[in-house]
Order: sequence, then structure tokens, then C-alpha cells
Amino acid sequence: MVGILAIGQTLIILTAGIDLSVGAVMAFGTIVMTRLAVTYHLNPFLAIALGIGLCVAFGVLNGVLVTSLRLPPFIVTLGTLNIAFALTHIVSNEETIAGLPDPLVFFGDTFRFAGTTITYGAVLALALAVVTWFVLTRTVGGRHVYATGNNPDAARLAGVRTRRVLLSVYIIAGLLDGIAALVLVGRTGVGDPQAGQSSNLDSITAVVVGGTSLFGGRGSVLGTLVGTLIVGIFRNGLTLLGVAAIYQFLITGVLVILAVAVDQLSRRRQA
Amino acid sequence: MSAVEVRVPVLEARGLVKRYGVVTALNGADFDLLPGEILALIGDNGAGKSTLIKALSGAIVPDQGEILLNGTPVHFRNPLEARKSGIETVYQDLALAPALDIAENLFLGRELRRPGIVGSLLRVTDRPRMLSEARAHIADLKINVRSMKQPVETLSGGQRQGVAVARAAAFASRVVIMDEPTAALGVRESGMVLDLIRAVRARGTPVVLISHNMPQVFEIADRLHVMRLGRRVATITPRSHTMTEAVAFMTGATSFQGTGG
Repeated sequence: MVGILAIGQTLIILTAGIDLSVGAVMAFGTIVMTRLAVTYHLNPFLAIALGIGLCVAFGVLNGVLVTSLRLPPFIVTLGTLNIAFALTHIVSNEETIAGLPDPLVFFGDTFRFAGTTITYGAVLALALAVVTWFVLTRTVGGRHVYATGNNPDAARLAGVRTRRVLLSVYIIAGLLDGIAALVLVGRTGVGDPQAGQSSNLDSITAVVVGGTSLFGGRGSVLGTLVGTLIVGIFRNGLTLLGVAAIYQFLITGVLVILAVAVDQLSRRRQA
Repeated sequence: MSAVEVRVPVLEARGLVKRYGVVTALNGADFDLLPGEILALIGDNGAGKSTLIKALSGAIVPDQGEILLNGTPVHFRNPLEARKSGIETVYQDLALAPALDIAENLFLGRELRRPGIVGSLLRVTDRPRMLSEARAHIADLKINVRSMKQPVETLSGGQRQGVAVARAAAFASRVVIMDEPTAALGVRESGMVLDLIRAVRARGTPVVLISHNMPQVFEIADRLHVMRLGRRVATITPRSHTMTEAVAFMTGATSFQGTGG
């Protein structure tokens, strides 16, 4: 789930932006899907579509504010983070929504492969990472993402429609938030308004630990995949060691600062 | 009108005006570039050289005046439209993406795609073909780099400028514009870039060159376009005038008595 958010985060960080709203938008998506399906008895597939659709709308909002009004992504997504957070709590009425119909929890279902139990959600995350890797490395649009992050003026002068590139990555990140919401609902089996609160930090940590530069234009989704595993193992390890959740926040915070520092220092040595 | 003047300018501008608030950057500037020549644009800081080439390359839209390409009026709304008409610009600050490799920089904004639906619909790039064509363009101008897969940031200043010039030369069917191409370079590398500029002219593409370096300008240019206070004040050649005279036109110490053509 963090893996899917981290894919969208990778795209945005490659353009030298940042998305602080991923976790909150995902949580909003879970609440919309579950509330529509459970309380309003909407067709579950339609509920899913609307939930993902609203996440995409958040992506559009982020993208438009960043490209049309040229606001800094940090501030824009800090704003949408709080808007999504508030809407989540308003729509959920602070309640956990349970009793979900089957289609909503599909990605939490498991199958056995080579002796281990795997969720469909994990398979989906891996598939999305592979598709994104292909798009970034092998297609025109992917190369333009790198160029836009690396030297936006050069990219624009070379004929890259940088604003369109930026808008696209924020919309795609919104879509991935929506998909992550569906996977999260599958895993937990409920719509939880408290979900995703550590996801912003985790997704950014996964991207940065995976070697993508916050200054844009350098990095890869494969690195993010490794970063996600490291962050996941790290958190699991801390949980198994009996470290309280609040200390996990503390340690992850230190980890992300260390990773950014390493990136910055190695960059400075090159220059 | 004498027989020499029958040649139609490749690129021509008449009475360009561009204002930024209260500042008038171009104040009725004329311009003409003849086939196969290297034309140097000289002038003091703020004389309007950069604004003029920005107008010619589509980076800005002038408030007044007209631009003609091979005698036909054109209206560029952005650099892409100018490029589609065969006008390529090498920008002062080395407009390359440092983390991308040479081939990717050469084809940035016009990537070659795989044939068929994979290329048209999925927009999958044709990397092998871009690498081989990049190699050909780089060899064409005798630029010394090892591999097309080298990131641009690992190149020297001269090599980077070489890549930028090669990109312009590869796609320019009509005009190459260069803004201070040697400003950031050492003596030897500047010499290399001057050779590149001659190589571009030898292929038949006229070159517009902005430079502050008078000896360099007098060494390479066929004609000099002198700007002062947003307009063309003189058109001279390295044979007709000396550097001192050129500087006098630039500073307004003397005014040009020629016919301006």
C-alpha cells in the first residue's frame, strides 16, 4: 500500500516536486468507497470508482495549483493534505466503517505461491511498479518527466510541455492514491478514518532511501521498490522488537533526514 | 539597387518593439540574415541583443513589427513553432539536462519512436536508433566524446557546448542562433566551438552569433549587426571597420553613416 503511494511520490519527486497529501487523500478514498457501499448501499464497483475518482480529483487540484498558479508543491499539498484529512473525518463521522461487500476487500485476498501467502494487493503493487518503470525509462513521456525535473527551462526550450508533464504526474499520483485506498480497504477490511497518517512520511522515505533525488531528474521506481521494502522491513522489525509506534515515527523521521543528507552531500561532492 | 542586394534574407525583422513595463527592450529593431553567412550581434549590456534573438526564436512575442522567413511573414508564439520552421537556438546557459545522456539531450522534445502502434500509441522510444543517429551527428561536427550514453554532467564545458551546437545543427534546416556560445569556456574550448560554428556554416546553414568577445567576433563573422538602445545602429563587416570603430557604434560615440544594408 505504501509501495503504491511511493510510486506516485517517485513520479512527483522526479519532477523536483513533493506530495504531502498522499496518505490523507488515500484515507479519504477509503472512507468514500466504504461509506458509499455500506451506508448508501451503492453498487460496490460504482463506490470504488467514485472513491478513486475523488482521489484523482485531488490529483487534478494539486496539479492545477502547481502548474497554473505556480504555487510551490510543498504548500499546495500541505493544504490539500489538511482538506483531505478534514473531509475524511467529516464524511466518516469519526467512525470506522465495517461490513464491507466482497469487491471492496478483493485485494486483501490471498493465494499461495511457492509456499508463501501473497495478497493480490501486493501483486498489484508490483505490477504497477513494473509498468511505471517501463513508462519512465522507455517512453517519451517518461523521459520528459526526468528532463522536466532535471532542468525545467532546458526541457521547455527543447519543446517539452513541462506544465502538461507536471499536471500529469500529480493526476497519476492521485489515481495511485485511489488504488492504494482500495488495497488498504482490502487489507484492513474496514474504512478507517485514522488510516494513512504515517503514509506521507513513509512514501517520501521509501523514495529517498531508494535513491531518488529530491532535487529532481534522478532516480528510479526500482529504487523506490527497494526503498519501500527497506522501510517496510524497518517498521516490521521495530514492531517485532516491541518498539512503540510513536518511536517508530521518531526513527523514520531520522531515517528520511539521513537519506536526504546523503543525497545532498554526494551531490555537492560532484559539483 | 545593386546586384548584390538581390539576395533575399533568410531571416528578416522590421521595426520590432518589445516593452517590459516601462523598460523598452526593443525600440524598432531591424535585422537581416543572409544565406550562408555568420552574422555577429554585438552591443552593450541592455542593448537588446538577447531580446532580439528571443523574438527571432519564438521565446517572446514582440509587441510590434514583423518577422519574415525567406520573405514570408511568420508569427512564432513559442520556441517550438520557430523550431518547426527550421530555426534552432543554442541558449547561453547551456540548455541541456545534465542528468540525461548525450543521445537523450540531442533528441529531447523530439524523441524518435518505435515504428508502428508501439511508437504512435504507447510512445515507446527507439533508443538504438537515437544512439546511432546521435553518434552520426556528433561525428559530423567532429566533437570528441566517448559514448552517447554519457550523462552530460560528466562532460567538459566545451563538450557540453558541442552537444548543444550539435543538437541545433542537426535539426536546423534554416538558421542556427547562438547566444554567447563561448562565454563560459576557456581559450582552447572556445576555439573548438568556433570551429563548430564554421562547420555549421560549411553545411550551408547561416548562423546568428551573440558575443561580447570582439577579437572572436572579428575572427569569425562575415557581418556584424551593432545594437544600441534597442535598435540596430550599424551593419558592418570585419574588413570595412575596425574593432575600435565597432565599439564606438556600440557606445554611441559615433553614428553610422552607411546605408544599413
